[in-house]
Amino acid sequence: MVLRSAKIAVFTLSLVPFGWLVWGLASGGLGPNPAEASNRFLGDWALRFLLITLAVTPLKTLTGRAGVMRFRRMLGLFAFFYAVMHLASYIVLDQFLDWAAVWADIVKRNFITVGMAAFLMLVPLAATSTSGMMKRLGGRAWKRLHRLVHPAAVLVVVHHYMMLKAGKGEALVHGAILAALLAFRLIPPRHVARIRRAIMP
Amino acid sequence: MLIRHLRANDPKPSEITSRHAYLNRRAFMAAGGAVLAGAALPAAGAASRRLDFATTPHGAGLEVSDREDATTYNNFYEFALDKDGPAAESKAFRPRPWSVRIGGACHRPGDLSFEDLIRPHRLEERIYRFRCVEAWSMVVPWVGVPLGDLLKRFEPMGSARYVAFRTLFDPEVMPMQKTGVLEWPYREGLRMDEAMHPLTLMVVGMYGEVLPNQNGAPLRLIVPWKYGFKCIKSIVSIDFAEEMPRTTWSTANPREYGFYANVDPEVDHPRWSQARERRLGDGLFTPKRDTLYLNGYADRVAHLYAGMDRNKLF
Repeated sequence: MVLRSAKIAVFTLSLVPFGWLVWGLASGGLGPNPAEASNRFLGDWALRFLLITLAVTPLKTLTGRAGVMRFRRMLGLFAFFYAVMHLASYIVLDQFLDWAAVWADIVKRNFITVGMAAFLMLVPLAATSTSGMMKRLGGRAWKRLHRLVHPAAVLVVVHHYMMLKAGKGEALVHGAILAALLAFRLIPPRHVARIRRAIMP
Repeated sequence: MLIRHLRANDPKPSEITSRHAYLNRRAFMAAGGAVLAGAALPAAGAASRRLDFATTPHGAGLEVSDREDATTYNNFYEFALDKDGPAAESKAFRPRPWSVRIGGACHRPGDLSFEDLIRPHRLEERIYRFRCVEAWSMVVPWVGVPLGDLLKRFEPMGSARYVAFRTLFDPEVMPMQKTGVLEWPYREGLRMDEAMHPLTLMVVGMYGEVLPNQNGAPLRLIVPWKYGFKCIKSIVSIDFAEEMPRTTWSTANPREYGFYANVDPEVDHPRWSQARERRLGDGLFTPKRDTLYLNGYADRVAHLYAGMDRNKLF
């Protein structure tokens, strides 16, 4: 019962940014260039959810609270949801379904090529996120496949960094957080235990 | 008004200021009122920001963008990197009193107050397309004077082939100047024939009023056939140069931003297409518009680039 309401709460909270955006688009509150505002906003939230998702496992390891793992799939799927919306916003609102222009961008603009590659890497992860798919693939193969999220997250940060014209500090902050989250996974388990004892007396 | 001309044989202020304006100002000062800055310019701190200008046929038929859009969606990195940042962050900026240093290869260099720089000219309103290198655009009624008329007063030497401009450097009021996002102060430049072209404006106002801080008060450049970043804001120095001046964006990223920055739908930015543009205010369900060669001013300015490779004029 507690888990169920916690899940509903996380689900609802995760939809708040999207609701804010829909409200902004409908009310004209996104300023004079709503397509750009929508693209940036959705891209930012896709990246944030990706980082939050990647923080779940380290959080479990450090706190010893296995319960947080029950939210990982939902958070990962929200990262994918915001990535899909980001792509849709770019194709529909920005390019107005001009497929030739979209294709030219993917081929010619490095930052869009990188972003598109990251998105394509997330697709099989979302597709195999169900318990049924997990069973069908088998735990090991599923785990190996889902490690794709690490290079995908790196590409997302690179995509953001390349898109910015100046003041790339924000992308560097995301890069540093991602680097820390990925580096954590390289720490040998016995050291992790020592860290846990140090921070969780 | 104080004029510090560097040459001894320069005219006295009384020769520049009309006797009428001079007496008029005296009368105001004697009365303890605000200093009237000239027929066309409201005094610093005056309640009215309205300007007195002549209208022109420039831009007839263009649909003018909303003032709200043009004054809240700005690139002015001295104040903030986000588009809505400059309007909020520039409130403490006081663009008057203001002075501009004119120097380099000219016969009449000197420091001029904003009023002395602008007052000898008749202000005019021109509606121009404005195209940002980021592929958005707007249509703005600028108020200003042809830059060429203004530059001629300083008698550029024959050796002057370029004009270089600089923005104010004052990190106390321009907070981003405390960071290294760009090399400060912002610098821009034009080839002499571009600067003297009758379409090129030194702008002091928009929408009939004094320039808002976030749009480059009190003085900015508008070169309607070039990308917006050429149109340097809050200018404090104008230098006649013999060599092509170094400019901020072409220094920051020479692969993406050049000296010329001519609007050209066929020459893409490395990271996006320049073929089309988002017109501010068009709303969500309007597709982007086709970008015009030299922003629609090709018939007036294309000859300036005859024989040059368009691909190198980004």
